[in-house]
Amino acid sequence: MSNRRDVWITGIGLVSSLGEGPEAHMQALSSGTAPVVDATGFAPYVVHPLAPISFDAQIPKKGDQRQMEPWQRIGTYAAGLALDSAGIKGNKDILGTTDMVVAAGGGERDQSVDGAILTEIESQPNPEIFLNEQLQSNLRPTLFLAQLSNLLAGNISIVHGVTGSSRTFMGEESSGTDAVRIGWSRIAAGTSEIALVGGAYNAERRDMLLLFALKRLAMHAPWAPVLAQPRGVPTGSAGAFLVLESPEHATARGAKPIAKLSGVWSERAQRNEPGAVEAVIEALINQARGDVTEGTAILSAASGAPEPTAAEVAVLARSGLPVRSITDRVGHGLEAQMPVALAIAALAVSQGSLFAPLEGEPLEKPFTETLSRAIVTGVGHWRGEGVALVERAD
Amino acid sequence: MASYTDKAGRPIVVVTGMGLVTSLGQGKTDNWAKLTSGTSGIHRITRFPIDAMRTTIAGTVDYLPKSKSTAPDLSEELATLAADEAIAESGIGGKGRFPGPLFCAVPPIELEWPQRRILAQEAAPNAAVTYDDLLRAAEANGHDAWHERFLYGSIADHLADRFGTRGQPISLSTACASGNTSIQLGVEAIRRGDCDAALSIATDGSVTAEALIRFSLLSALSTNNEVPEAASRPFAKNRDGFIIAEGAGALVLESLEHALARGAKILGVVEGVGEMADSFHRTRSSPDAKPVIGCMRRALADAVVEPDAIDYINAHGTSTPENDRMEFTGMSAVFGERLTGIPISSNKSMIGHTLTAAGAIEAVISLMTIANGRIPPTINYELPDPAIPLDVVPNVARDATVTRVMSNSFGFGGQNVCLVLTGEPA
Repeated sequence: MSNRRDVWITGIGLVSSLGEGPEAHMQALSSGTAPVVDATGFAPYVVHPLAPISFDAQIPKKGDQRQMEPWQRIGTYAAGLALDSAGIKGNKDILGTTDMVVAAGGGERDQSVDGAILTEIESQPNPEIFLNEQLQSNLRPTLFLAQLSNLLAGNISIVHGVTGSSRTFMGEESSGTDAVRIGWSRIAAGTSEIALVGGAYNAERRDMLLLFALKRLAMHAPWAPVLAQPRGVPTGSAGAFLVLESPEHATARGAKPIAKLSGVWSERAQRNEPGAVEAVIEALINQARGDVTEGTAILSAASGAPEPTAAEVAVLARSGLPVRSITDRVGHGLEAQMPVALAIAALAVSQGSLFAPLEGEPLEKPFTETLSRAIVTGVGHWRGEGVALVERAD
Repeated sequence: MASYTDKAGRPIVVVTGMGLVTSLGQGKTDNWAKLTSGTSGIHRITRFPIDAMRTTIAGTVDYLPKSKSTAPDLSEELATLAADEAIAESGIGGKGRFPGPLFCAVPPIELEWPQRRILAQEAAPNAAVTYDDLLRAAEANGHDAWHERFLYGSIADHLADRFGTRGQPISLSTACASGNTSIQLGVEAIRRGDCDAALSIATDGSVTAEALIRFSLLSALSTNNEVPEAASRPFAKNRDGFIIAEGAGALVLESLEHALARGAKILGVVEGVGEMADSFHRTRSSPDAKPVIGCMRRALADAVVEPDAIDYINAHGTSTPENDRMEFTGMSAVFGERLTGIPISSNKSMIGHTLTAAGAIEAVISLMTIANGRIPPTINYELPDPAIPLDVVPNVARDATVTRVMSNSFGFGGQNVCLVLTGEPA
């Protein structure tokens, strides 16, 4: 549509294995240090552990922290950073009209209760009754709330007071893309002025790894760069939230853009059709790129799952654009991955320079021009393809 | 010539197809007959042993092939049946070619106990079972299909394949408000001009033993176990919790222009949608009811109508002591003295609380209420609660001309969405 408004990114909250906040991330990325991985704690898998974080800084009440499982804490913390970054933390008037779209999974379980039940259950005269009794007496009542997908958004409302609206999307990687897309679409169309969009993921959980393990999709140690060697998903703990805002709303309160979010597109290839994934990714990238290649790079949020990542790599190689793998730097945060990659893309575009290539990732070529545009690709490990375009705001 | 745009200049969004599955039965006809005769779908649970359970009743859907399968299997089957009915009624698109996106509200999904037990048995450790054992068995034993089945996105993905919806489907949850959110996303997409049509589905087939226990541990469920069909008592003094239930609702949404151009029958209009989140508590609503008041007022404002224009309210009415009191407080603020003169009923008195699916199911029933000029009752209303005096259409259906309905949904986690629905474009 022709009457779309610009959408600015006016706040970024980011936590990952590289630390918290823009500076920690840009410093780690520009110094080209090796990614932070834990190759033994969850053997045989490799995960990117969350950097040490003092949750009190964004979630002051211990009671609130106790009501959350780690993925919710990561997300609530990152959301607080984003609100701080946008300068709207504690601003009741604005938070009361802020529209929230959260991408979330959930289901972190009490693994010791599960283990104890599984140890005993098959020797019971009536396993199902035993299961009920055990769950009834051993599940923490509040654990349910700490597992529910929509309770990340609920916690953000409670802790930070974001109450304009609240929606939670599920559906793995694509939920992250669509959360940003819906937040962006509403502002672009003039039906929302300011939105908080993002997600969070806790990789340091065996119950989370289990879902990938069922299809042998979790990366086994040693760690490997995903574009050069897509042999599994290197999951990473991370949380990222963006504050999206109309230029009118931002200007009225004296806020400056970090970058412009120029578009978000999602699609769904028929993955069993040969060539379909490549064709969809290529069309999405072409749409985002338009006629401009100058100052443009692709930041990939590739999962590392063999087939879709190989398809993406083929398209990235053909594109002729400089490429960087976000997943190589911070791991893969499933629902959170597109928001994480977008946060880093916005910071890089804002800074005007692309970080250095990673050793062992030949697709990553040196790029010393001024970076003015970043195309972020998000290809689901199982389903869903998406692309977002970030541009310099000036 | 009618205008294709509403008072705010946006495309008018109409409903051209609806589908419904609940514990009362499959399809709108069967459900409507039972809803208007005051029949309850709540029964003793037979899906799993109820020994040691504090609550032993539910509105499970037990008559389908997948009723004893996993939650995502049953949820997908419920959604499929509801959407089949909606799309057939609408006559939109070609077979398997729905000309718009899918917005699908789904329940929580995770690997379930039967699968965990199989993995534990395959691993057969000599010591205590840990998740490391499950991981080893998962890698070794070819349970590939479970990966897809227990992804959050798989229900919507399969539905997208079956109905040929466009683009990446959105799977969503706003807890008990999810059904309304699925409609809201479709309405917004059509109003923005992103699409001419959208398929909104909300489904919940997730009543497992663990789900029941989890809600029970939160003290949210009724323990009126003796007479199951009399347990759900919205707005009554002796209400003591909700009855967990299953079902699905589906709606085909279209721009009025698109619907008229293809000669579709208009079943209703989604005039307004309002939303406001609550920051008070994880399971409790703000006692001053501010968020639900704001939510209802935003729905009215979005519809560009005054409170006076509402002549029936399809309540959230869960039968928990707190919700029904808070909903009364909210409605009192919005509708003032007129409130006691507005018929208000809760479908949950008969079908229980279908959680994720409730909003869509109740939107379908609301539009049927308008079309039939007959209001389904709130059954089990034997003891009025003097603290919340309402005309709940007690126990017996009532003939009435209904032109405009407000349908409320309020969720755990503070997510609230209200709809304003009418029969015909203004």
